[in-house]
Order: sequence, then C-alpha cells, then structure tokens
Amino acid sequence: MAFAAGGACAPAADLRLHRKLLMYENDVIIIGAGGIGCAVARELSRYELNITVLEKECDVAGGISGRNSAVVHAGFNNRPGSLMAKLCVRGNQGFETICRQLDVPYQKTGKLLVAFDEEDLEILRGIIAQGEANGCRGLHLVDQAELQRLMPGVGGIGGMLSSETAVFDPFLYCIALAENALQNGARFVFNSEVVGIDRASSDARFTVQTADGRQYRASYLINCAGLYSDRIAEMAGIHDYRIYPCRGEYFILDKIADELLPLPVYPAPKAGIGGLGVHLTPTTAGNIIIGPSAEYIDDRTDLACTAEVMEQLFAEAKALLPALDRRQIIGSYAGLRPKLTLPKEGGYKDFVIQEESSCPGLINLIGIESPGLTASVPIAEMVADIIAKQKPLHEKSNFVEGRKRPPRLRDLDETQQAALIAEDPEYGEIICRCQKVSKREIRNAIENPLGARSISAIKYRAWATTGRCNGGYCLTRIVDMLVREYGMKPEEITYRSAGSELFSGRVK
Amino acid sequence: MEQADVLIVGAGPGGLAAAKGAKAAGAERVVILERDSRPGGILNQCVHDGFGLVRYQKQLTGPEYAVRAEREAEESGAELLCGHHVVNIKSNGAPSGGRGGACSDGCDGGFAGRHVVTAISSEGLKQISARAIVLATGCRERTRGAIAIPGSRPAGVFTAGVVQNFVNVKNIMPGKRVVILGSGDVGMIMARRLTLEGAEVVAVIEVLPEPAGLSRNVSQCLYDYGIQIYCSHTVSKIIGKRKLEAIEMSQLNDCGRVIPGTERLIECDALVLSVGLIPENEVAQTAGVALDARSNRVVTDSRMQTNVPGIFSCGNSRSIMDMADFVSEQGELAGWNAAVYASARDVEMRDRDLRDWEEAWSTPMAKGFPQPNTVTCSLCPKGCQVRFDAETGLYGGNGCKRGIAFAEQERLDPKRFLTTTIKVLADAGDKSVEKTGMAKSAEACPKGEAVLLPVRSEVPISLKCLPSAVKELQSVTVASPIQCGSVVATISDGEGNRVLVLACASCG
Repeated sequence: MAFAAGGACAPAADLRLHRKLLMYENDVIIIGAGGIGCAVARELSRYELNITVLEKECDVAGGISGRNSAVVHAGFNNRPGSLMAKLCVRGNQGFETICRQLDVPYQKTGKLLVAFDEEDLEILRGIIAQGEANGCRGLHLVDQAELQRLMPGVGGIGGMLSSETAVFDPFLYCIALAENALQNGARFVFNSEVVGIDRASSDARFTVQTADGRQYRASYLINCAGLYSDRIAEMAGIHDYRIYPCRGEYFILDKIADELLPLPVYPAPKAGIGGLGVHLTPTTAGNIIIGPSAEYIDDRTDLACTAEVMEQLFAEAKALLPALDRRQIIGSYAGLRPKLTLPKEGGYKDFVIQEESSCPGLINLIGIESPGLTASVPIAEMVADIIAKQKPLHEKSNFVEGRKRPPRLRDLDETQQAALIAEDPEYGEIICRCQKVSKREIRNAIENPLGARSISAIKYRAWATTGRCNGGYCLTRIVDMLVREYGMKPEEITYRSAGSELFSGRVK
Repeated sequence: MEQADVLIVGAGPGGLAAAKGAKAAGAERVVILERDSRPGGILNQCVHDGFGLVRYQKQLTGPEYAVRAEREAEESGAELLCGHHVVNIKSNGAPSGGRGGACSDGCDGGFAGRHVVTAISSEGLKQISARAIVLATGCRERTRGAIAIPGSRPAGVFTAGVVQNFVNVKNIMPGKRVVILGSGDVGMIMARRLTLEGAEVVAVIEVLPEPAGLSRNVSQCLYDYGIQIYCSHTVSKIIGKRKLEAIEMSQLNDCGRVIPGTERLIECDALVLSVGLIPENEVAQTAGVALDARSNRVVTDSRMQTNVPGIFSCGNSRSIMDMADFVSEQGELAGWNAAVYASARDVEMRDRDLRDWEEAWSTPMAKGFPQPNTVTCSLCPKGCQVRFDAETGLYGGNGCKRGIAFAEQERLDPKRFLTTTIKVLADAGDKSVEKTGMAKSAEACPKGEAVLLPVRSEVPISLKCLPSAVKELQSVTVASPIQCGSVVATISDGEGNRVLVLACASCG
C-alpha cells in the first residue's frame, strides 16, 4: 500500500521485520491500544524499554475509549478509598496539563447535577461529602436561580456544580498518547489479535501469539484489553475475572452546544444504577451527546442501538432540557462498559490494577470502566511503579514529552488561515463542508504516523464525516483521494478494521 | 476589495441561471463562486435523462443540461470561479438610499448596503463586496443518523446521492445486493442505475402508503426492471457488525408504527437511503437570512428576496424542487431581481405569485403508484395519464395526440433512452487505445486511471435491449479528448440496427 507516512512511521517498516523473524523480542508487551494501553505505552516510553503494543483493531480507541461521553470526571462518584476515586481525582487534576502537552482539545466546562426533588438534593449532599472525602475540589450545591443562570432552560429545583469537570476529545487523546509513545520508541502493531499466551518457566518470559501467526516475547505483559481483559487473563492462566458487558446507547446532536448546553448536565444519580444516568454533554467540537443508557448484554461485539432505548433516551434528555428537538439528531452510537459486577448486583467494582502473584510479570488492568480515561495517566504511572519495584527503570535522556497536532483550518482566524493556505494551497481546498476540513488535513490524517488505515482513522483525526451530512459531501472526495493519490483499490477501503469493506469494487 | 454587482453562491442549475438572469437585467459584473472543481452541481452525477423539458423542450441528461446551463452563463458574460468555498457573508447594514445599489451620495466605493462574501480557495481567502447576492446553495440528503434507524453501524449504509456519485462519477460500486429505503426520485433512479450496472436491487422500501416520487419513475425505474416496492414498510433494524449483512424490514400501521410480528430479514451488502432532502443554508445563516425552522428552507418573497435586503435565494436551498428546470427558472428570476436591486436604474423587479407558481409546479407530474392500464406520458412535464381500454382498444386522458402514440408504443414495445457511462482513458497518448474516439476493449485501461463519461443513445431504444446495451458498454473504453455530443460508440437497438451513443459532456 502506498501510504507514504511522513516522519516516524516505524510500524510499517517494523512489520516487515516481524515477518522475517516471526519472533520479536521486547521488554514489555501491552495488549490493547485503548486509552489505557496508549497511556501505559506513553508512560513506559519514558524509560529504556523495548515496548510493543498489540491491538486487534486497525487503530487506537477502537473499543470502549472511542464510545463514551468524553468527560473528564472530577471523582465524586466513587467510593472513598477506592482506586477509582483516588486515580480519578489525580487524573482530573493532571488532565489539563497532559492535554496541553499533547495538544488535545480540552475544555474545563464544569458539570451540573440536577435535582428534581428534595430526595435528589439529599443525594447530592451525600455526593459532595463523598467527593470531598475523595479529595475533589470545587463541589457545591446551587439553588434554582443559580441553576437557571448556569444552564438556562433546564428543569429542576436545584443542583450541584462540579467546577473541575471537563470535556475532551477521547479519540485525539488516545491518538496523541500513542503518537507520543511512538515518537519515544514504542511500537504499535495493529490488526493483531492476541490468541495465545505462554510463560516459559525457564526464563520467566512470555510468548504472545497473534492471529496472524506471529510471536512476540517479553518479560512483562500489560493486559489493557478492556472488554476482553478477562480473556487475556485466562490465556495467561488466570481464571479469576469475568467481564460483563453493559451497553450504553447515545445520540449525537448537531453543533448546538454553544446555544443550548454550556456544560454537561446530569440528573442526580439514583441508587443502584450501573451508569451515571442519561445525561447531556457538550463535546469539544460543539455537538451535544445524549446518553448513555445502561443495559447488560451477552455479546461483547453487539454495538447496536435499539428502538426502545433510542425512544427513551430522547424522552429523558428532553425532560432535562425541553429545548431539544429530534431534528437536531445527526447520529447515534453505542459503547460497552467492561463491568466486573454481575447484572443482578448492579453498581460497580473497583479497578483491578495488579501484578498477578501466580503469574509474575503479568500486570492485569481489568474492569477499567468509567472513569478509566480520566484516570488513565495515574493508572499508567501505577503500572510503571509496579515494574520499577522489580527492575530499575532508566529514564531516557531524549524523551520527548510534548507533541504537536497539525493545524486545523477551523481553529484559526482569517489572517492565520490565509497564511496557512499561502504555505500550503491544499489548506484552501475544503473537503468536508460541515466541519470545514481541508484537503491538507485529510492528507495529514491519511499519512498518520501510526499508519492506521481506514475511513474511521481519517474521521477521528481530521473530524471529516462527523457533521450533519454524515459524510454526504466528503466521503466521495476522501475515497477519491485514497484511490487516485494513494493507489488503493476501492474494495480495499474499509470503514474500520478488516471486514468492514465499504465497496464491492469498480463499476466497470 | 474586489467588487461585483451580483455575486452568486453555487454553480448548479439555479446559480448558472441566476447569472444569466442577472446579466440579462443589465448587471455589469456578475461572479459565481462554486466550491467544486467544475460547475453543474449535482447535475454532473445525474446521468439519466428527464431534464430540459421545460427550458429546452428536449429530453436531456443531467450533464447535457449542465453543459447548456454553463454555456448560457458563460455567454452572458458572467465570471465563474470554481474551487471557491464560501464561508460567510457579512451584510453591512441596509442600503443608504433608494431600494439598493449605490450610496445616496453616488459614491461607489462605500460598503454601506453591500455584502462582503468570504471564500476559501487554494489561492487563499478571497473577499468580494457585492451589491446583491443570490444564494443557490442546493440541498443535502437526510441521513441514517437523522432518521435514527436502530441497529449497528456497519460499512455499507449510504445515501442515494452519495451512491450516485460513486457509481456515475467515481466508478465505484457500493454493493452487489442492494436494499433502498425511500422511494424518492433519487432512490428509484439509483435502483434502476444499480440494476443496469449489475447489482441486484432486492427491495425498495417506502414508509408511506404510496411511492414518494414521480409515477413515471415508479414505472420506468422500478416496474421496467421488476424491482419490488414495499409501501407502508420500513427498515426497522440494520444488522452487521463490520459490514452490512442484512436489514430487518417491518410493516407499519396507519400511525407509522412497526407492527410486531411483521419483521423479516433481507440479506444485503448495501443499504441506500433516499429519505429526503434538506435545503443547505449554512451560508445563508451567516448573513442572517431567516430560515423556516421546520424545513430549513429560506423564506423569500415573491421576488426571491430574503429578509436581508439584497440577498436572494433560489432552487433547492429555497425549497426542495422536483425538477432542475424549475430550479433554473427560479434562478433566472432571482438573478434578474438581484441585478435590478444592484442597479441604480429604474427597472422593476419581476414578481410572481409564488403560491400559483408552486401549485403549478407541484402537480405537473403525478406522484405515487401509476394507475393500472395507464401510462404516464413523459414527453412533456404535464405527465398526462393516458389510459388504455382493452375492450374498446381506445386511449383516453391524453392532453395531445402525442400522448396516444406514446401510450401505444409503451404498451407494445416501450422505448427508452439509454443513459449510462463509459470509461475514458485520460492519457490520450496511450497507443493501446485508438484515438478515433470509437469503442475499444477495456483491457488496455490501467485500473484507477480512467474517468467516467456520461453517455446516451441518440434515439430511444427498445427497453428489452437496454440491459444488454449497458453491459456492452461496460467493456468499452475511449480516449480523450472528447467533445460533448460526439459519437463514442454504437449499440444494437434490438432490431438489427446500430444506434449511436453520444457523449453527454466534454472530457479532456
């Protein structure tokens, strides 16, 4: 394939190496390139370690990390003393810095929890107490007038404001972590599903086998496999965990957050619900997200939206914000929570982040549901600490902490736009009309350093196809670029990973 | 800053006719800004016939109609700038004197009462100050996201216009087994087009009790090819994890709700949505033009003027039209009035009672199911319903004699224009392709380097021979340059004669 990647496109070159050797030696193998796997890769890439990330999908954030509310949580929802509470609060406090370092869209919007009756207010008082015990800052009750000032048009008699809650772009977050890890020497191998794990007693090293027949060896195995983390543990002989997928469905609304929703608005949580309740969240791109529902299902690949839940979602959202209108809907999606609690128990269990004593070298990260992304950097630091206790970690002298995203036309004022186009005329060719994405931005996305190759890889990097026309204008233009300028055959173009081919071929 | 009397946004049928109208009314400098690399808009991908009956009293294909409209605009003396994406319009207050045009003190350089249009192109940001604006920005398609079809989000779900572009312009086939949701005209036209190019269209599904598009399209796109239409049905679920595998079709009750127990699975690899068009008015909104909240159409008076003095709107951005001819008529009127507005001369704007106009235009062609034993005459836009009485052998319902001849032919041996595309090798220097422009085997054409040229038969041919003729042309490649109207191939008319196949656009 003729993807000429600019800069450090290590994976493509390394893949050829792998084929030759069929066995690849590492210090650390990370299984899964979601937010946790990418954060761990980035954290460990500070040190003199040979790191490979194995991912079954064609890109980062292909699972839980790409299908959530995109909120940086404050940490008041979790039980004091739990890892969830501790790591979430710490993650929240460092999130703005990491987003600045890695050039990830982040907005500290704050968040409102709305009380509809006295009982709700009592729950909110309890949440503030819990949050303060967790070390959260900026939590306080607001009366109805203050509620209306913060969020005009919302129902409710009062509420709670959390000033430290933020929204961010989870795709660009994972991409940034991964690109920065790559820059610092970590290796990402996509389309590589782990199918077997052996641990030799002689040298205590793991051999990891992928579906394509390759083998990777390492002393440490970090299980960041999200929905499949129990299965990875099982392959390594640990049968203690079981993930129960719990589906959450969402609606995406047009870019109306500026007018209607300055900050995330949640209902006061009711006891016993596995999620946080159906809420309204503005995105960093200005859209509104409605959701998620919470429904335990059996199939870990079932990301379907259902008629019943869709109906209910919108009704609940409209109860929170009566100004919503179905005509504002531009899309829907569903995500799965990797829960450790049985359906009948509800609620949540704490994150599992530990090296298994029965399998030294295997570090399991299991049940990392919300607030996993918020906590991802502290989780990664914990992993580094676990390794450092056994093996001295030497910091690289040339570790690059920051990473810059290529400019986006829509972020700039007219003078800056003109300067950018003068530098590169392709910045003046608009490919995506809804989001004003230029041809150069699409090209940057196609030639991404990680070598991810799909329409969704372009979508999440350039934000094309995400607007109200769902790609009606830009998809034909993007495909035309892939075919004419990158030599792809139409039938090779996939929406996501292999198996999601968009076309059957040529007409003639 | 550059100045214009009338600036037109969009070079589809509306914009091109507006340019002609504006020049006819005496405007000095008329500029059209078009975001695509060529004029014509959606006409370029509408390779079927049925255009031009009102404007040119001829059955033209979309590209032929575009060529005429372009020529007229060009001959009128208007300037066309392609690759210019208008991002906003700023209106500098109401005109200072008279109904518009020059400032009261006669100065020409002041910007009061002018509109400043900003467009992005590969040359940078262009600003043009214009006395009057015509918005001819067209429409976009309603999407899967907007109508919230339950189910998964696999590859293989497209809107009809996107499929039309892929099949007719990009030479890319979306699938082999296709279901179409929505019986709007684009959906039915694509049902025929996909069938002729070798796909199997297994169902056209319509939510309403009757087909939504023109009766003539029901006959000529569905019945002609034995394509099954299911009215009062919908797609209740999309199935397939990575690639579309099937859809669930359900019957609807009188209230439009799914009747439980009527679900049935239809296997398919592409779902094509033809579920409505939405006026595209993002540019209009930047100028403060008032839109109808429900339909997103621009509200204008009978002179096509919006609430912002000096800004006019026409075509699909003003309201969704059934025929391009009417878009042109409206564009010409809008252009004329914009020029009158812009001029200081004492010329009256033209007025039309839009209610009468719209009524006259809403019925010229019948919609829904064709009547039994009745053909819709397609010789003119009146669309007479010509009945045949088998007992008496007599025809009725025809508005003129031609209707009887048409119905007789329809009954015995229906004839249709062949409209399709053929491959053109852009590299005319390639010796493997004859330069005469006549047919040549496709083998010599390197994959990915050919472009598609819309073509038509010179005269209608027997419907029976149409599929084989399209198939015959699939393996034909011609060399550029090709002039619009030139002969590129011949096909059999089924009666032993060869019929000329003509290029509907120029190439190279």
